[in-house]
Amino acid sequence: MSRISVRNVWHQYGDRVILEHLTFEIEPRSFVAVAGPSGCGKSTLLRLLLGQERPTRGHIAVDGVPLSPEPGPDRGVVFQRYSAFPHLTVLENVLLGLEFERASWLGRLFGASRRAAMAQAETYLRAVGLEGEGARYPHMLSGGMQQRLSIAQALIRKPKVLLLDEPFGALDPGTKDAIHRLVVDLWSASEMTILMVTHDLSEAFKLGSRVLVLDRLRSDPQAPERYGASLTYDLPLPRKATTPGEPLPQLAPPPPAPRMAALRRFGLA
Amino acid sequence: MRLINRKPQSPRLLGVLPVAAAVCLYLATSGARLAENPDDKLMPSPLSMAEAWRGMALAPDGRSERYLFWDDTAASLARMAVGLGITTSVALVVSLGIGMFPHVRATLASSVTAASMIPALAVLPILFIVFGVGEVSKIALIVVGLLPCMVRDLSQRVLEIPEEQWIKAQTLGASSPQLALRVILPQMLPRLIDSVRLALGPAWLFLISAEAISATSGLGYRIFLVRRYLAMDVILPYVAWITLLAFAFDYGLRVLRRWRFPWMDAATVP
Repeated sequence: MSRISVRNVWHQYGDRVILEHLTFEIEPRSFVAVAGPSGCGKSTLLRLLLGQERPTRGHIAVDGVPLSPEPGPDRGVVFQRYSAFPHLTVLENVLLGLEFERASWLGRLFGASRRAAMAQAETYLRAVGLEGEGARYPHMLSGGMQQRLSIAQALIRKPKVLLLDEPFGALDPGTKDAIHRLVVDLWSASEMTILMVTHDLSEAFKLGSRVLVLDRLRSDPQAPERYGASLTYDLPLPRKATTPGEPLPQLAPPPPAPRMAALRRFGLA
Repeated sequence: MRLINRKPQSPRLLGVLPVAAAVCLYLATSGARLAENPDDKLMPSPLSMAEAWRGMALAPDGRSERYLFWDDTAASLARMAVGLGITTSVALVVSLGIGMFPHVRATLASSVTAASMIPALAVLPILFIVFGVGEVSKIALIVVGLLPCMVRDLSQRVLEIPEEQWIKAQTLGASSPQLALRVILPQMLPRLIDSVRLALGPAWLFLISAEAISATSGLGYRIFLVRRYLAMDVILPYVAWITLLAFAFDYGLRVLRRWRFPWMDAATVP
């Protein structure tokens, strides 16, 4: 169980403000989809949660403990590309997390412990629908299969939080549907919190149990870099299908909130 | 049809053409010169080259009772092997450090860039003074000449590994040594082979230069020794042999790379 709290986070690169006074809490076991136009700081938020960067101001805590300043095994990640290691086979890619955990010096297991770890890795490959592909190299797999591999690889350390960075952006629609199904099933069957960054609003509403939308609320035409993006919508959605196999309900995005219209009228947006 | 879209029917045949032309030109000129003066030493006939080679490779030398051609080859190859061995192992460790650790990078990267600008042959006199004229200075020249460029190349390759992989490995719980051993080093090895292939040319250059100045055996030593007698019938087979050796190394490394790193071909852009 892990509750993520983001308190008044502010992030800037030099003079350019990316995110400003971002405050929200994520309940344990939520599936949060973060959406917004490109360049609104979605990926920056993910990097902050990953520990890849530190916020300029503000605090991020998991279960009340401040986030460690570097990536660690409590937070798994799936990127859009380059997630799998090209020099390892599919099975070795999944095995790697266990080897890092159990062979603290060489990062390589031998003999019986390796066989046990391999059996465990096989179950994860089966769970993501990659059984029988273990001996191939990642470049031999299709885009969808590579993402499945990347998910299996991330899950084997049983992270409390799984971060997804535009994970399905490069997939064709059929593949995307199947992998959406898989992600929701895996999420339902586990205790983890998922935070997914996407530019696709319909994907956000289809998968998320809560949708956060980031956008710039204010803008100064003379100095567009002075204002960063902030939380514009925070929409809790009815809990998604928890019985595996059932088709996902499709929800339409809501009409634009009156808030934006009001801001526009006062020349603030 | 545009010239850029016209493809040769048999590219291999075209590739052989320049070599064949050079050989024909040599044979014709050499034949004409020898017809005029049978004692001409500048362009010996293939037959006299074969004769000279046999004298050095298949018959023992009158004075030392040794097979000079094979002695020279063994001496040069031993220097080459030690020089390349030291260079590649040091380069691997240093560039792993530069590529992986920001502190090492900040400390060493600019000095390595500066060092790679030093013309190695210009420091050869220093090497002779410091290490004497024995084997050490010849090997040192190979190392000094190749190391900075190889470190630059390899550390650049480490930095080219996508950031996603570094982050992913950390989220799988990798410590720095684990990351080095399981993620970075295995991906550097095929690039090390490429780097060695590119370094072979300069390596021979440095070896032959060092041997030319001071040695008692070696392929470069022999060429420069017999130059005094204008013995083109020895020099040309030696040059051909050196070329063949260099080509064989290059081919061997290419095969090794394809055999050991099957993931490499398509994986540069996974």
